[in-house]
Amino acid sequence: MSLLSLTGVTCRFGGITALNNLTLDLPQGAITGVIGPNGAGKTTLFNCITGAYRPSEGEIRLRGESLVGLAPHRIARLGVARTFQNIRLFPSMTVWEHLMVVQRGGGLRAALAPLGLSGAAPRRRAEQALERFGLAPFRDRLATTLPYGVMRRVELARALTAEPSLLLLDEPVAGMNHEEAASLATLLHGLVAEGLTLLLIEHDMGFVEQLCQQVHVLDFGTLIASGTPAEVRRIPAVIDAYLGVEG
Amino acid sequence: MISSYAAGLLAEIGIASIAALSVYVILAVGQLSLGNAAFMACGAYTASVLTVEHGVPIPLAIAAGAVVSGVLGLVVGFPALRLRGIYLAMATLGFGEMTRSFFLSLDATGGAAGYSGMQRLSLGGIWAWVLPLLALVLLAERSRLWLALNAVRDDETAARLLGLNTVALKLGAFSAAAALAGIAGGLFAHWHIFIEPGAFNLDRSTEMVLAVVLGGSTIALGPVFGAAALALAPEALRFIADWRLAAFGAVLIVILLLRPQGIIDKRLLRALKP
Repeated sequence: MSLLSLTGVTCRFGGITALNNLTLDLPQGAITGVIGPNGAGKTTLFNCITGAYRPSEGEIRLRGESLVGLAPHRIARLGVARTFQNIRLFPSMTVWEHLMVVQRGGGLRAALAPLGLSGAAPRRRAEQALERFGLAPFRDRLATTLPYGVMRRVELARALTAEPSLLLLDEPVAGMNHEEAASLATLLHGLVAEGLTLLLIEHDMGFVEQLCQQVHVLDFGTLIASGTPAEVRRIPAVIDAYLGVEG
Repeated sequence: MISSYAAGLLAEIGIASIAALSVYVILAVGQLSLGNAAFMACGAYTASVLTVEHGVPIPLAIAAGAVVSGVLGLVVGFPALRLRGIYLAMATLGFGEMTRSFFLSLDATGGAAGYSGMQRLSLGGIWAWVLPLLALVLLAERSRLWLALNAVRDDETAARLLGLNTVALKLGAFSAAAALAGIAGGLFAHWHIFIEPGAFNLDRSTEMVLAVVLGGSTIALGPVFGAAALALAPEALRFIADWRLAAFGAVLIVILLLRPQGIIDKRLLRALKP
């Protein structure tokens, strides 16, 4: 069953067509990759799904419900979370505060209660995220003062505290070393095993092959190939547009 | 029994604290308002007219002033959704002057001659409002909702994409801040038992901002400290007579150079803890 489906999604800015008649389905509980050269429309795709941009044409549905025209926060509350290509953490907040800030539920009273007393559920969720992402040692540090790899984990953990059903990751391993990328891959596999659906933009083909069951290749806003990582690797158009000839 | 001089200062500090907190609440979403004296004016005139003309009990009248100001804050908050930084500061400044001229030409409340006839609140009556409000803001700023306000200030786009209703948060902050300023106005009116449009001019708005900038803009104790410092400093500097305003300005500049975040911040409080 597909969780998210895009039909004929087109996004134009003036004379430029950033996304051209894109149709694709994200199966529930799978990891899907989007690859393509810079400027291919990958981040535009994320921006259309999350409501940051409104597509010029086409339909985007989450569990059959249309997302087109909804405010970004509504889309987020329907279960779409994301991380950003350039990490976007809140400079004034500690790691712990990042894990509390986007949580919902409990109504206004829970939202107004002091953080220390703000109900068991949000605190438990934040504690779990702290544990799971190895952030406990940094709990009360300002997030933007931490090493790059840790900031990436904070961003991911923050996105997950909103309890999304679909998580969009924009270049999650950019700037990470091999070890960090490997541990992230393990983490992501764990999340998917719990039912999360992932869509990720990534340039690191090794990471894509390790994680994704399905890959879509974009070039100049057009979908030029889809398939398993091994399949798209052999398609001449993909090699020309993006991968290049090895050796 | 404290002297009426001390009582006057204490009442002034209480009222100025609430007024400064109104600037602080708007600052929590990253917006600077230079027009909060206008909300204060609305609270003051609403409460005064209610007590003088309609015999409404003072607390009820002050609460009504807060509601009127809060609604006005909602209206003024709308442009704030599109304007930011210096542009919003200019817009709020214009709003402040507009409100002042409105009361200047409103004959029903005496125009430039001012309005009087209110019953006087005691010092205890003032602080019976100030303390609970202070406690409320101190508690609120430890909440998840306050984190959400700060998220809007830090990175509005990210906040929105993460599921925070940034429009509601900004409007809510404006409205709550306006209500606070309205209460400050109601208290002001029933302490001085005389109000005039000139009491709510740009100087007043600037003073509120100054209290926050000086005292500290990162925690609510800052503005309260700032308001107290602003009320007390001219008194403390009285011994140098004519030079006191100049000296006060110099002190201000030195403090802001040394502590751009204001005198009080979380780190200072942690350091003071035994």
